[in-house]
Amino acid sequence: MSFLDYAPAPESRAIVRLRPSYGLFLDGEFVDGHGTPFPTISPATEEHLAEVATADEHDVDLAVAAARRAYDEVWSKLSGSDRGKYLFRIARLVQERARELAVAESLNNGKPIKESRDLDIPLVAAWFFYYAGWADKLDYAGLGANPKALGVAGQIIPWNFPLLMLAWKIAPALAAGNTVVLKPAETTPLTALLFAEILQQADLPPGVVNIVTGAGATGQALVRHPGVDKIAFTGSTAVGREIARATAGTGKKLTLELGGKAANIVFDDAPIDQAIEGVVNGIFFNQGHVCCAGSRLLVQENVHDDVVERLKHRLSTLRLGDPLDKNTDIGAINSQEQLDRIRELTAAGEQEGATPWSPPCELPANGFWYAPTIFTGVQASSRIAREEIFGPVLSILTFRTPQEAIAKANNTPYGLSAGIWSDKGSRILAVADGLKAGVVWSNTFNRFDPASPFGGYKESGYGREGGKQGLSAYLAPSGGAQ
Amino acid sequence: MTRLAVPKTYKLYIGGKFPRSESGRTYEVASKDGAFLANAALASRKDARDAVVAARAAVKGWAGTTAYNRGQVLYRIAEVLEGRRAQFADELVRTEGLPAVTAEAAVDLAIDRWVWYAGWADKYAQVLGNGNPVAGPYFNISVPEPTGVVAIVAPQAGPAHSLVGLISAVAPALVSGNTVVVVASQAAPLSAISLGEVLATSDVPGGVVNVLTGSPAEIAPWLASHADVNALDLVGAGALDWVQLQMDAAETLKRVLIPEDGADPAAPSLDRIAAFTETKTVWHTKGLL
Repeated sequence: MSFLDYAPAPESRAIVRLRPSYGLFLDGEFVDGHGTPFPTISPATEEHLAEVATADEHDVDLAVAAARRAYDEVWSKLSGSDRGKYLFRIARLVQERARELAVAESLNNGKPIKESRDLDIPLVAAWFFYYAGWADKLDYAGLGANPKALGVAGQIIPWNFPLLMLAWKIAPALAAGNTVVLKPAETTPLTALLFAEILQQADLPPGVVNIVTGAGATGQALVRHPGVDKIAFTGSTAVGREIARATAGTGKKLTLELGGKAANIVFDDAPIDQAIEGVVNGIFFNQGHVCCAGSRLLVQENVHDDVVERLKHRLSTLRLGDPLDKNTDIGAINSQEQLDRIRELTAAGEQEGATPWSPPCELPANGFWYAPTIFTGVQASSRIAREEIFGPVLSILTFRTPQEAIAKANNTPYGLSAGIWSDKGSRILAVADGLKAGVVWSNTFNRFDPASPFGGYKESGYGREGGKQGLSAYLAPSGGAQ
Repeated sequence: MTRLAVPKTYKLYIGGKFPRSESGRTYEVASKDGAFLANAALASRKDARDAVVAARAAVKGWAGTTAYNRGQVLYRIAEVLEGRRAQFADELVRTEGLPAVTAEAAVDLAIDRWVWYAGWADKYAQVLGNGNPVAGPYFNISVPEPTGVVAIVAPQAGPAHSLVGLISAVAPALVSGNTVVVVASQAAPLSAISLGEVLATSDVPGGVVNVLTGSPAEIAPWLASHADVNALDLVGAGALDWVQLQMDAAETLKRVLIPEDGADPAAPSLDRIAAFTETKTVWHTKGLL
């Protein structure tokens, strides 16, 4: 037994009591969907967790009608302070049920419990708490006095941070006075459905939030529904494009938070050990299922070998396995489909001449797994340097000068995030100025906060989530076009 | 005996120069009552692409100037416009058939708008940006930055649209450091080319504003689908198939402003500056003392 062999320390599942099946959350009640129900599983074991309803067009129609009724009759007539109080209630209920939500999230998503417990769920509560306080202060959101809600917001979220993305969407929408129809990702619906129970406990008026589960067709029905005033989408750039096309000419307001291929730039004067931690966090956090992941390491040429060697050493200490084990660093890939995509791209990387390396790592027999992998000798033209892999795969490239680092970092249609590691403040600020990225982390990576706007340049989408910018995405100026 | 006038050749304005259309095409510009005024260049797809190349090349320099400097250059444009007040009024009278008094008032309005926007250059970031009180030892600040290359279909109708509408659409995009390719009023393109002459003599680097004359219906689709255009202002595209243009723009996820059909399209507002900016948020660790 080496010093790395820990005894198993699994978090108890007893705190989560899943029902055998879940309906749609419409107008304050769980109801059956008209589509064919689908099973939802644990990606770590492929264990069946529950049966989930599919919302068809008719169900989406009912959800939008419920949201419209709630908007017209209840939510738009409430004072800002009362809206805020509901959000404060929700924040507290999330805190009270935090462990349950964390376990459910790790079960359904495959992410390590230490991440769902210490990052996802605390941030969910923080997001509701932050926007709760905005609800009666909209005059200060930057749109002038008496800004108006947009109406019914249709929101579609991804599977990588299921409940956190729900919070990013619902909290500002409700604070601004909108009502919501939200579609969780097909592979990770459970925490959204537990959240619906929280809404019942908070006594949120029926119809203010409606949750419709299903696959792409459900999302399409929501995007195309004429009764929706605003679409907010987080997901792939390909789907984002489709949504932008589908909403063209409809007058629907649109915010898109899409893909990324972030550069994490390590200069030779960086505190290397800290930088290694940041690089590891940047790409292996949440199995690399992160749109802002630091998936391209740009390392200054003279420290390349040292950085790669230390990176390999650090990777050798990462523990991959049971997401519910408190010692686990790397959990399961969320789905077979995603695993196939990672395999396809890494195979392409190898064919194009890059050299993969993974630490010795035993993968569980069941479920979807991919060992943490780094590629050296990656060309800027290689697919693994250009396309979003959305997995625990790091592509390492080199540069000589800050100008070259900026040029390489910006050499992508994406522009979501970037990282800079250096001990020199003036260099950090100058490089940050040159980067076309919506979020720049210097000497840190993958930090999130409800007060801090998040969103991309170029094909990473438009609009911001978080901060007052995130609030204004759900508002129109008084007497505005809406 | 009256002096024989020397009429001007109205050409395109691309990259700080005044080329003819590479296609060799022109179209007749007539006054309201049908009298011949000029043969304006009928810009082609290639002209539009040349304009985008020039605009892209100019982004780094223009966005890289200090806000104070950019404000002064924009103010300088207003100064030079003021000096050519009579010329612009005359062109409005000839192209749009406005009474002289109305035309002069429109020129004054256009100049005053330009001054208003010039003053925003070193302020908009303070109003739109902010420091963020994040829950941790980080310095965290959000600042708006220019989006890049903005393609504009200028207003095509309404009194004095060919100058006031044009300037109202172009000026806000420039404030933050974007560069512009603008498709002028098809029926009344003279003011737009004269504006190019003003820009060429106002310390505005070549390529920061590029003016195309001709058919918006022909040129706009090339701009909407061009991968090196970051944003599309369809303020004057109401008579075109603008929904298709918005769909074309979705291919590279351009930021899009939709057509306005009110009496004062692109009326002055901070929103028009904000529409073509990107918020960048920078986190920096704070160390222990």
